[in-house]
Amino acid sequence: MWLMQPFNEGATRLFLGVLLACLALVTVLHLAVPAGHPLHVSAYTVTLLGKYLSYALLAVAVDLVWGYLGILSLGHGAFFALGGYAMGMYLMRQIGDRGTYGDPILPDFMVFLNWDSLPWYWLGFDMPWFAFLMVILVPGALALVFGFLAFRSRVTGVYLSIITQAMTFALMLAFFRNEMGFGGNNGLTDFRELLGFDLRTDATRLGLFIATGVALAMGYVLCRAIVTSKLGRVSVACRDAEARTRFLGYRVERFQLFVFVVSAMLAGVAGALYVPQVGIINPSEFSPILSIEIVLWVALGGRGTLYGAVIGALLVNYAKTVFTGVMPDAWLFALGGMFVLVTVFLPRGVAGLLGYLQGLRFQGQRFNRDRNETQSRDISKEASA
Amino acid sequence: MWMIRAFLPGVWLLCLLLGLALMAQAQEETGQGQALLESLDSPSYDAKAEAIEAIIVSGDERSRRWLDELLGGKLQRHKDTGRFVIVLENRGRNWPVIDALTLEDAGEMSRRDLDGIGINNALRGQLQSALAMLDLYTDDVDDRRDAARELLGSVDAPMVEPLGEVIANEDDAEVRRLLDQALAIHRLDEGDIDAIAELAGSLNSRVRAALNSATRSDDPLVADAASAALADIEQKLRLNSGLETLYFGLSLGSVLVLAAIGLAITFGVMGVINMAHGELIMLGAYTTWAMQQLLPGQPGLALVLSIPAGFLVAALAGIAIERSVIQFLKGRPLETLLATFGVSLILQQLVRTVISPQNRTVVSPDWMSGSLMINEGLSLTLNRLFVLGFALVVFACLMLVMRRTRLGLEVRAVTQNRAMARSMGIRATRVDIMTFALGSGVAGLAGVALSQLTNVGPNLGQNYIIDSFMVVVFGGVGNLWGTLVAGLSLGVINQVLEPWAGAVLAKIIVLVFIILFIQKRPRGLFPQKGRAAEG
Repeated sequence: MWLMQPFNEGATRLFLGVLLACLALVTVLHLAVPAGHPLHVSAYTVTLLGKYLSYALLAVAVDLVWGYLGILSLGHGAFFALGGYAMGMYLMRQIGDRGTYGDPILPDFMVFLNWDSLPWYWLGFDMPWFAFLMVILVPGALALVFGFLAFRSRVTGVYLSIITQAMTFALMLAFFRNEMGFGGNNGLTDFRELLGFDLRTDATRLGLFIATGVALAMGYVLCRAIVTSKLGRVSVACRDAEARTRFLGYRVERFQLFVFVVSAMLAGVAGALYVPQVGIINPSEFSPILSIEIVLWVALGGRGTLYGAVIGALLVNYAKTVFTGVMPDAWLFALGGMFVLVTVFLPRGVAGLLGYLQGLRFQGQRFNRDRNETQSRDISKEASA
Repeated sequence: MWMIRAFLPGVWLLCLLLGLALMAQAQEETGQGQALLESLDSPSYDAKAEAIEAIIVSGDERSRRWLDELLGGKLQRHKDTGRFVIVLENRGRNWPVIDALTLEDAGEMSRRDLDGIGINNALRGQLQSALAMLDLYTDDVDDRRDAARELLGSVDAPMVEPLGEVIANEDDAEVRRLLDQALAIHRLDEGDIDAIAELAGSLNSRVRAALNSATRSDDPLVADAASAALADIEQKLRLNSGLETLYFGLSLGSVLVLAAIGLAITFGVMGVINMAHGELIMLGAYTTWAMQQLLPGQPGLALVLSIPAGFLVAALAGIAIERSVIQFLKGRPLETLLATFGVSLILQQLVRTVISPQNRTVVSPDWMSGSLMINEGLSLTLNRLFVLGFALVVFACLMLVMRRTRLGLEVRAVTQNRAMARSMGIRATRVDIMTFALGSGVAGLAGVALSQLTNVGPNLGQNYIIDSFMVVVFGGVGNLWGTLVAGLSLGVINQVLEPWAGAVLAKIIVLVFIILFIQKRPRGLFPQKGRAAEG
């Protein structure tokens, strides 16, 4: 079965091994080591790590389309946020009559806005199965419509990047409106419980952390399975020479659409795991700057490697936590500097650097050859443009 | 000599007599003024109304000041001495006052010793029209026009006759027209149907109010004529508001064009994705601010000087970006996008750290504030008009540079076929630098113009970058005309949608429209044809 294919790869097994070992280690350090001990991992750190892992899953989703399909999406934050909002709506409904206004059905912000009934699109979100389905389906549907229109008319390259950015920008503006019924500026917050577990207990936090880790592992295996399958090879062909692939008889837009939708769904799942751990979802998650930051994680980690995306997401977000804590002013300098340095000096990211340092003969050479070819083709394109 | 000596006593006598006469006149005036004010300080409002009439009729030159202060509640009387005073500042316990009769400084008086002269709403209305009547005699034409406008709808029977005299003696046609209308409103209230013809076509809101009440008149003829005139006015108003929407749309469009036109050069012609374009705009705006700091008190001169300065600063910044980042990423558009985005973050944070995270205020010079009155329903704000003109001038200059100069020729040659152009002896790298500097400099110009319309802050550029890209892509990459048409039309569309959709929703609709439009025509409104379109 193609889904089991990745388990035969050494690199995937190594990645999964490291990931699961880390999960186990954090769990043990949190539960078994008493508080106050230098090795103890606090509940705060567990949640922080869980947040990083959901970002890592998002980065994997972006790497799938950028690294293997050649589509630079500057709007993946939108899929992430939509997944988050779907989860947030479920969590809002779970509050029930424990809100400030004590309305058994309406969330607080609707009571505040004097609404007398739930809008139709809020119906059903009190049922977990429906909400979790929406976490996947809503971002997927948006990606399907958007991708169908875009790929059918062969909007590619920079144009696609710019309109994905416009998409997330438009959604951000829309979600800022109170009339949309998603809490406007403040978003959804003040969550109580998820599937009956109190979100404020340490045990639930640890559970969410482990769930996010498992989701990341599953997402990674799924992406790996896609890129190693025949479908993945065709999408790589689309990335490197779209016109040639089309001339060979492949319907390029269908491959693009499929991979794009899968990636959007993964991003939605990442958003859904992110929201209960952070405790809030608001329209700023749609901001174009966040989407473009995700791309930096992937670029820093190493585009087109999947594990590089995970490394990049963890590194950049750890750096962000440290920097914004110690000297907030310097963070944007560091982030901007990373963008410049990585693209100019580290085009294959940390993963490429690791490969280069270890002198990974075979794979490294193949990567470089691929890249040089792509580059020379781009230049010839440029020359003829 | 003897004659002078003989005359000297006579001269003395004359002076003495004159002085006495003047003193007597002054005393008489004081007495009369005292009497006028006394009659004003009566418990009955009817008596007060009569007193106000008397003051107007007296022709006393202080009467305007008195009525003004009476309206403002500042004309007061001392409880013990009965002296009338005008309060200059009614804060604190002791108020500085001046004598109401001599208008000379009278020191300070305790709040508790003073009694105000009360007025009611009827008196307030009477005072306002009385003041307007008085203003009709001033020398300043603008003041007379304002006074005449004030009288629209507040003319009553005793004023008709003096107004007729005023009209007969008035030189200014506008004042006469307004006064005629004011009289016509009065006649309309009395049921005169001919008055409607005189009021037809006026856009003044008080005229409309008068016609509106006339539609409910008992006389069906008057009511019909009034509704007909009103419908005519409504028609004119709709046309006016349409023109106004168009103007605001073009103004917004000109801002978009300014912001995008530099991008049309760097992205459209060179194919370089410069996400730091917005920050170059921001640099231009901050240059204006810095210029105004260097030349305090001369905002106009500073603004004019910051046009070349803004261009230079942004162009130099552009060259720095090109040399340090973009040249290494040739032929990798997506990487260029990311790297220049990094540059934009650095520039933003630089401004935040070096200058301030808060917005800075850029002053508008006098000749740019105010507005241009087209008619009573339509006035165009001058600063927006200037920016619109500036955008068109910048566009024309850019077209000239691209079409008529050696640089433009070389730019077009290099972008169409780099290898061929180089083999013809064009130094492609130099052309790259110059083109990028040109595009960046224009961004700086946009910043100078924007500083007159919006707040100057570190986020200024960020707000425009997505819009700018949209305009360029919508217009067709590599086509300056396309950028102009796209910018202006997007501005107008936005303004047309705004009244019924709201500002945010209008913006969303425009964005969605562009996204869908690009699916339909991936190369924009005016796609390039021929060889340039390949690739």
